[in-house]
Amino acid sequence: MRKVYPLGHIRTPFYIRGRSGVVERLCGAFGNPEELAQMRSGEPKQPLYRVRFLQTEVWPGYRGNPEDALEVEIFQHWLE
Amino acid sequence: MGGLPAGRVEPAEHDNAEWEWRVDALMTLLTGVKGGKKLMTVDELRKNIEALGPDAYDRMSYYERWVSSITQTMIQRGVVTTEELGRKMEQIEKRGRE
Amino acid sequence: MKETGKYQPYNYFQLMEVSLRELLVEKGIVTEAQVAATVEDMRNRTPERGARVVAHAWSDPEFKRKLLADGTRACEELGLDVPALRLVAVENTPAVHNMIVCTLCSCYPRMLLGIPPDWYKSRNYRSRAVREPRAVLAEFGLDLPDEMKIRVHDSTADMRYLVLPMRPAGTEGWSEQQLAAIVSRDCMIGVAVPRIA
Repeated sequence: MRKVYPLGHIRTPFYIRGRSGVVERLCGAFGNPEELAQMRSGEPKQPLYRVRFLQTEVWPGYRGNPEDALEVEIFQHWLE
Repeated sequence: MGGLPAGRVEPAEHDNAEWEWRVDALMTLLTGVKGGKKLMTVDELRKNIEALGPDAYDRMSYYERWVSSITQTMIQRGVVTTEELGRKMEQIEKRGRE
Repeated sequence: MKETGKYQPYNYFQLMEVSLRELLVEKGIVTEAQVAATVEDMRNRTPERGARVVAHAWSDPEFKRKLLADGTRACEELGLDVPALRLVAVENTPAVHNMIVCTLCSCYPRMLLGIPPDWYKSRNYRSRAVREPRAVLAEFGLDLPDEMKIRVHDSTADMRYLVLPMRPAGTEGWSEQQLAAIVSRDCMIGVAVPRIA
């Protein structure tokens, strides 16, 4: 994940920026919410992926099953 | 907000007040659902809630944040003006007192 | 739609709601009737609708397959009106327990289940569900064995999630109505599991 924190409305949570995960599936193409929030069209649609992160890789000191996971939808332009 | 330290989850529930249901309904209609005229997106709702500032969660309840955000969005979109809104609020408050 | 009874001064936000609504009506954007109808519509959307979907999936393996492939279409097949909903059903198994949250703003499959409970929208749930799901589940009275994997879904985009819980043992031969009765809203969010009373 890109580790960057621009202004504006962003749907990529802070807690996974800079983290690595596995693409679980392609959800389809959707309008960019960052643009839609600013009253713009959000076109062209961007690919959206469901990405799975291991909790132990997101949170230092995570307690639980090492295979516990977090799944988040991420737009392609946030993936590295 | 994910991952920030926070307290116990209180299993609180409350029934919406009538005005809260109406805010909810306005949001449905203004995003073009249930036959409403689409004048805004969920993304603008979220953006304008974020724009309320970090202490909005302390100062305002869920639907108070929603009504503020929807109103702000309508102003940004030019659907209503601040002036119109101010006049209307004065009018209604006066009406309520009579 | 006027508040009946003794005069009570509007608070600022209630005043804003009335004012905005009246302006929108004056400008022909909405009608009072539409607002009232939409309120009623939303009030009638309750978790029982989701419970019906779960009960049917438990009873009909082909429907379950369809539900997991395309949640929205499956709901529509059951005659459930779910406008603008992109539903993804995630299945609990003996190995995996699913839990739903929206850390960014409290997204929820409203058109299926109705409005979310206050706790789901709370800062505490939204902050901690992603980071310490097991502790949050324990507060709900759900203690899962360490061998089970917990999968937390954060609804960051347009998809909305429904947990398809495991069908409990001892429900063999139950009607769909009986099955639906043990599927609570909290089971479909993933903070509870269905239990035989």
